[in-house]
Amino acid sequence: MSVRLFSFHGGVKTDGHKHESCGTPIRSAPLPGRLVVPLRQSARAASECLVVAGQKVFKGERIGAPVGVLGTAVHAPTSGTVVAIGDHLMPHPSGLSTLAVEIEPDGEERWIEHAPFDWQQSSRAEALAHLRDCGLVGLGGATFPSHVKLGTGSGIHTLILNGAECEPWITCDDRLMRERAADILVGARILRHLIGAERLLIGIEDNKPEAIAAMRSACAALPGAEVVVIPAVYPAGGEKQLIRTLTGIEIPYGRLGGEFGVQCFNVGTAHAVYRAMEHGEPLISRIVTLTGNVDQPGNFEVLIGTPVEDLLALAGPRRADTDRIIMGGPMMGFALPDLHVPVVKASNCLISASQKLFPSAPPEQACIRCGSCARACPAELQPFEMYWHARAKNFGKAQEYHLFDCIECGCCSYVCPSHIPLVDYFRFAKSEIWARERDKNAADQARERFEFRNWRQEREKEEKAAKLAAKAAETRAKLAEGGEASDSPAAAAAEDPKKALVAAALARAKAQKAAVAPKNTEGLSSEKQAEIDEIERRRRELGLDAPPSAADDAPQKTEARDA
Amino acid sequence: MIHSPYIRKQASVRQVMFTVLLALLPGIAAYVWQVGAGILVNLAIATLTALAAEALVLRLRKRPIGTSLGDLSAVVTAWLVALCFPTIVPWWVTVIAVLVAIIAVKHLYGGLGQNPFNPAMVAYCTMIIAYPALMSQWPPAGELDFATQLDLILGGARDLDAITGATALDALRTGLRVGEADVATLLKQDSFGAVGGRGWEWVGLGYLLGGLFLLARRVITWHMPVAFIAALAATAAVFWVASPGQFASPLFHLASGGAMLAAFFIVTDPVSGATTPRGKLIFAAGVGVLAYLIRNFGAYPEGIAFAVLLMNMCVPLIDMKTQPRVFGHRGDKP
Ligand code: SF4
Ligand code: SF4
Repeated sequence: MSVRLFSFHGGVKTDGHKHESCGTPIRSAPLPGRLVVPLRQSARAASECLVVAGQKVFKGERIGAPVGVLGTAVHAPTSGTVVAIGDHLMPHPSGLSTLAVEIEPDGEERWIEHAPFDWQQSSRAEALAHLRDCGLVGLGGATFPSHVKLGTGSGIHTLILNGAECEPWITCDDRLMRERAADILVGARILRHLIGAERLLIGIEDNKPEAIAAMRSACAALPGAEVVVIPAVYPAGGEKQLIRTLTGIEIPYGRLGGEFGVQCFNVGTAHAVYRAMEHGEPLISRIVTLTGNVDQPGNFEVLIGTPVEDLLALAGPRRADTDRIIMGGPMMGFALPDLHVPVVKASNCLISASQKLFPSAPPEQACIRCGSCARACPAELQPFEMYWHARAKNFGKAQEYHLFDCIECGCCSYVCPSHIPLVDYFRFAKSEIWARERDKNAADQARERFEFRNWRQEREKEEKAAKLAAKAAETRAKLAEGGEASDSPAAAAAEDPKKALVAAALARAKAQKAAVAPKNTEGLSSEKQAEIDEIERRRRELGLDAPPSAADDAPQKTEARDA
Repeated sequence: MIHSPYIRKQASVRQVMFTVLLALLPGIAAYVWQVGAGILVNLAIATLTALAAEALVLRLRKRPIGTSLGDLSAVVTAWLVALCFPTIVPWWVTVIAVLVAIIAVKHLYGGLGQNPFNPAMVAYCTMIIAYPALMSQWPPAGELDFATQLDLILGGARDLDAITGATALDALRTGLRVGEADVATLLKQDSFGAVGGRGWEWVGLGYLLGGLFLLARRVITWHMPVAFIAALAATAAVFWVASPGQFASPLFHLASGGAMLAAFFIVTDPVSGATTPRGKLIFAAGVGVLAYLIRNFGAYPEGIAFAVLLMNMCVPLIDMKTQPRVFGHRGDKP
């Protein structure tokens, strides 16, 4: 069986810089003096703190319970003592803080009791719940909860494993595939089973021959699975680009692969699924590449919560000319605002940057409409047109040029001969549009609330009248019965219809509220929710303010907790 | 704060422009070889004027002079002006033309990247309207030595009949207008070579070579040259097949005048041209058809400049109507 490759438009060929860090085996990072484990995995997928300061925890013990549809559990990465629970700076370009549990390791690495999960004998729902409780999220960078991504378990024919790793410098997936191919394949098999797909395609860029060989030999035992070698063109590992390359299917903006019969998971995620299912271990560590301007680049298995500072030390002392630390790759990563931030589930790479390796962009010049950006854009946009309108703050126009289809891959900025930071303009334009939408939604909500209150007051008046009438009728009836009965039972009897009336009114009010509630906050599909979530994440990265009022979240949270 | 991407391709406007200048060299070499070194004087005059004008305007606009002057875009404009003007045009014509191109066309519209019209073509059109005689006097290839060319450029007296001829297009056109013979007979005259104007064919070939270099370096895409050449040739073919006695062959049209220079260096100007793939095809084809029509039925022998300006006006519309489908939206209605 061989797979016909489809190419995607654009992309750029970059210097891979993989060899710096891919040569040495994955090493375990030593236990740091303190771990900072964020409870909030992303803007909306929070978890509820289950521990208190001073409490002893085991390795793998749950310290955060999943909240909401997108919530996943959070675990203690090692055994030790909870020393503090509080806001802590997160690895975000904007210096975002979230609630985090600080743990002082006791050095004993005592595991909490855990056992393999029998995924073959369990129901799908149980398996997904197990993944959620193991804190499984996508390790490719988006940290999308795996149990949500696994969807409904029908209609998906192809599972794609993303081992492309197209960003320069990063080699964590490469090493993982070389060293733990069999485990990844077990995870992939479980994912394929849960998703109900037949085909399993593993996309790997052609610049990783060892990983390809390792995965191929591991694949041999698994029918229906195939390693597909794809050309190394950034962003070949972008989810949509990879799906297109392997299947020819194009997933438009705002939709997920599941709707089109394909679903895509990162190889690291598959590995974590394997650990969760076959060993019952929650996701408490990940592979992180340390590279760039360092003496000993390489890959480390790192506990979530390890401060970046401690981790960096493993690659050798900081060189004098290192001026930034980039988390992620140079195309889509971001410079860390502070080195106290912890490694989170999304952290795949830390690059020590110097002016020599990553020189600052030369001054921006005028756009000469050369079209290089359009030729490089994998979303097939016309970046210079969007730029033109974004710059003029003509956001509506920018949107007409499909601003929201931009995946922020940075290819346009990469090629622009005028050194225009195009993707910055697009991030800015998007955040401005979201801010405006939000204001508008807030206004809509206010109007709806106002209308509802009017309606309710009307309603109450009517009900009062109705109640009085009912009571009067009842009294009349009682009087007509000529009952000598005392007042109290009669009053109680009168009370009952009153209660019924109130209940009926409440029910109506509820129904009405459901009808008028803004469409964007309730009754969302998990995918739409995810999209909003993603948007909010980026907004935060951009340093924009908090997501819409917490009140909007409340109904969902409650529902999920009830569920 | 500086955002990703943290790496960039080695590319700059300067590099793009430098590549264009480099690509013009084979054409210039053929020019010097076949027509004479006078063109070098014109190139120098144009370049100096352009740089001075650019510096002056940047200074008036309080823009950084260094980076903008260093981007070489003004030099490209200057060279194109010099190359499409007659070799022996007096120096001040070149100077005025370059000033028009740089100051009026480029900077009054906002500078690099903002001009809706091709600066060199506006300069050409302005000057051919203002000085039709001077702009139609071309030296017959290889018949004027450098000293004479220099003398004429510096404003020496013009004994028109003796020293200047007309371009192949002009000669053919005048010949046909006078009605003295048909195309075939006319083309047997001395001033014509195998396919176009004698000697000038080589210059065209030089531009073609440079154009292929630009294609190879991906400074331009194939759309514009192919569409322009195809449209010009196809239109010429229609008339030629219909009446070979009255109309020259497609090959003649491609080899004459500024066709090759236009195909690779003029219609491909990114700033004033269409940008979408389909838009580029439409734009360049439009220039090709219009250029042919103006050559044959208009008031001026060379119609490319006017054709380019006419199509420049259509660019916003063309771009708007030819926006490509974006990823994932292939099935959408336009
Ligand atoms: S690459 Fe830069 S200069 Fe070229 S069209 Fe795009 S934005 Fe303009
Ligand atoms: S950042 Fe956006 S506009 Fe730029 S190349 Fe990527 S998808 Fe296209």
